[in-house]
Amino acid sequence: MKILIRNGRVIDPASGRDERTDLAIASGRIVGIGAVGEFQAERTIDASGLVVAPGLVDLAARLREPGQEHEGMLESELAAAAAGGVTSLVCLPDTDPVLDEPGLVEMLKFRARKLSRCRLFPLGALTRRLEGQALTEMAELTEAGCVGFSQVDVALADTQVLLRALQYASTFGYSVWLRPQDAWLGKGVAAQGAVATRLGLSGVPVAAETIALHTIFELVRATKARVHICRLSSAAGVALLRAAKAEGLPVTADVSINSLHLTDVDIGYFNADLRLTPPLRQGADRDALRAGLADGTIDALVSDHNPVAEDMKNLPFGEAEPGATGLELLLSLALRWGNDAGLPLARTLACVTQHPVRVLGDAVGSLASSAGRLVEGGVADVCIFDPTAVWSVTPADLASRGKHTPFAFASTGMALPGRVRATLVAGTVAHERG
Amino acid sequence: MLQRRNPQLNANGELIHLLSIEGLPRAVLTQILDTAGTFLSVNERDVKKVPLLRGKSVFNLFFENSTRTRTTFEIAAKRLSADVINLDINKSSTAKGESLLDTIANLSAMHADMFVVRHSESGAPYLIANACAPHVHVINAGDGRHAHPTQGLLDMYTIRHFKKDFANLTVAIVGDIVHSRVARSDIHALSILGVPEIRAVGPKTLVPGDLAAMGVRVCHDMAEGIRDADVIIMLRLQNERMSGALLPSAGEFFKSYGLSAEKLALAKPDAIVMHPGPINRGVEIESSVADGTHSVILPQVTFGIAVRMAVMSTIAGNQA
Repeated sequence: MKILIRNGRVIDPASGRDERTDLAIASGRIVGIGAVGEFQAERTIDASGLVVAPGLVDLAARLREPGQEHEGMLESELAAAAAGGVTSLVCLPDTDPVLDEPGLVEMLKFRARKLSRCRLFPLGALTRRLEGQALTEMAELTEAGCVGFSQVDVALADTQVLLRALQYASTFGYSVWLRPQDAWLGKGVAAQGAVATRLGLSGVPVAAETIALHTIFELVRATKARVHICRLSSAAGVALLRAAKAEGLPVTADVSINSLHLTDVDIGYFNADLRLTPPLRQGADRDALRAGLADGTIDALVSDHNPVAEDMKNLPFGEAEPGATGLELLLSLALRWGNDAGLPLARTLACVTQHPVRVLGDAVGSLASSAGRLVEGGVADVCIFDPTAVWSVTPADLASRGKHTPFAFASTGMALPGRVRATLVAGTVAHERG
Repeated sequence: MLQRRNPQLNANGELIHLLSIEGLPRAVLTQILDTAGTFLSVNERDVKKVPLLRGKSVFNLFFENSTRTRTTFEIAAKRLSADVINLDINKSSTAKGESLLDTIANLSAMHADMFVVRHSESGAPYLIANACAPHVHVINAGDGRHAHPTQGLLDMYTIRHFKKDFANLTVAIVGDIVHSRVARSDIHALSILGVPEIRAVGPKTLVPGDLAAMGVRVCHDMAEGIRDADVIIMLRLQNERMSGALLPSAGEFFKSYGLSAEKLALAKPDAIVMHPGPINRGVEIESSVADGTHSVILPQVTFGIAVRMAVMSTIAGNQA
């Protein structure tokens, strides 16, 4: 379909474009930005007062399929992505069964393509069944569509295996996605500190993150493997990452919307919605993460979307399953951070568009040059949102099966800025909200 | 984030559940201690019963075994004329089948009026209080490492009984503080009641520096910790913590932090020695001290019944 998006504020962080103009789409591609001449649109979307941005690219979302379909399903979770303006997402391999076989990856990609709501980029498991012992068939998995390899939240205790995984991955130029977490110190349900001590919750010290970062960086030096650091959570971690980048190590990193906005104090009276992995740390950590994202030390902001069933949250804090819904909040929480930090809108959006695509690199093939961007000839993945709208998060109204979020209006009393009005994936309207 | 109301208080600031000492107004604590004083005489009478909870059903819901604590709650409830139902719910069987909240819903359907809950997970009583009907009251009888508020209150009763006033006291809490719900409840209660010096004493594995944020002075040296103390609260060292990465051995712990007559001499001459029980003789406390003139360990047990009666009758009288 030929679509004309008229009179919107077109922002492309990568090129610096930020102007009120028109955007013409045909055959799934952007065919014109600016004076579009006699473009015969079959449909015109009036974007007056709205921002026309690249579709969001989320580097961490769990869809709970295969295996946990009762908690989230491809259909509901990709609808949630579209509702959140997310047009590409990286899904994690800790499904049941684990994404360690090409067949599973192909099936997932196939199902997502049929729904055509969002582009799906699976991470493959780094080790079989995520057990930390034997490597997966990385070449086969890459052929099936994996964009990198990860242990997700299963810490790799055996440094010999980690070294070999990095060596092997770097042989073929695959990237390895690791959450820095020491296998032993990482056990615990809240961040170590005054809150965990007061509430009597087992604490995870900052050293659980920094020890793992030291190990990873040392092995990156040795192997030259490309590593993406997932869900950084501490000020000390940001400092180590900054030094590693200054040294020229091939590393990138992300932070979750939760760690960017919340601290352990928000746990309040054992609110299991704030049972998250990694655990929320203190104010100084949150400030360092925000500064790190603003100065580019941290490349991307991620939703860390994880739909958790009601039954798994209605448990004592320590027994509750970690995770929160996030796909539909990513844009608003990016904007809120950007507003607080006084950043230009284009810079804010870069953390959820251009930069995550840069993290993915050539693993996404030809999309590397146009996803997360608005360029003539590029794919028409577009997010149209109202930057002046404010909305209150009401869990029941979310498209995701996951209804648990620390940002529910009922518990925060806070409205969020920015509302997605339309999402286009490959030139097709995947979501529209009046 | 919104400032949520303390879930154990109603809109008038009255106690409807007892989940933690933290955040309770001083007047609420003082009133419970005063009420406990009136119940002490009941417990000394021939007919040890008052009709305050007649017709009410109190469910002792113990997800973690504790015959002693359960018994004290049972006695307290029975002396208030309540019907008491004891349920020992093996945690592993609930994990396999019925969820915690299903259990609560079922018992609520049997018209329970009060749940006395012990659970191995910090915060579990909050979940229960949040889920049960408005007329049902919840008492935390110990949750994980978090709180044991009735123990905290009976410790305060004991201190007030022997020391009269909290204003000029130095209280030393000694031992495994990091894993202790008793220590946390004592620290909150002592702070609220105005004790100027609260010390947490033990090795760094058991007394983390973060405790300072709760308003205590952290001491890793026993002599420094108990010097000139008016009150010494010894904590029980759990068997599983006596050897491993936290402590090399019970013997070495006793050598450094066990309360011997010799160390006790560093405290004030009229110092009292407390212990939540059951005591490990020769591990955290020497027998001669446990049985000596400074020890108030048995009076604690007696006061414990009266304090639990006071808590039950207080919350039963307040409406959500």
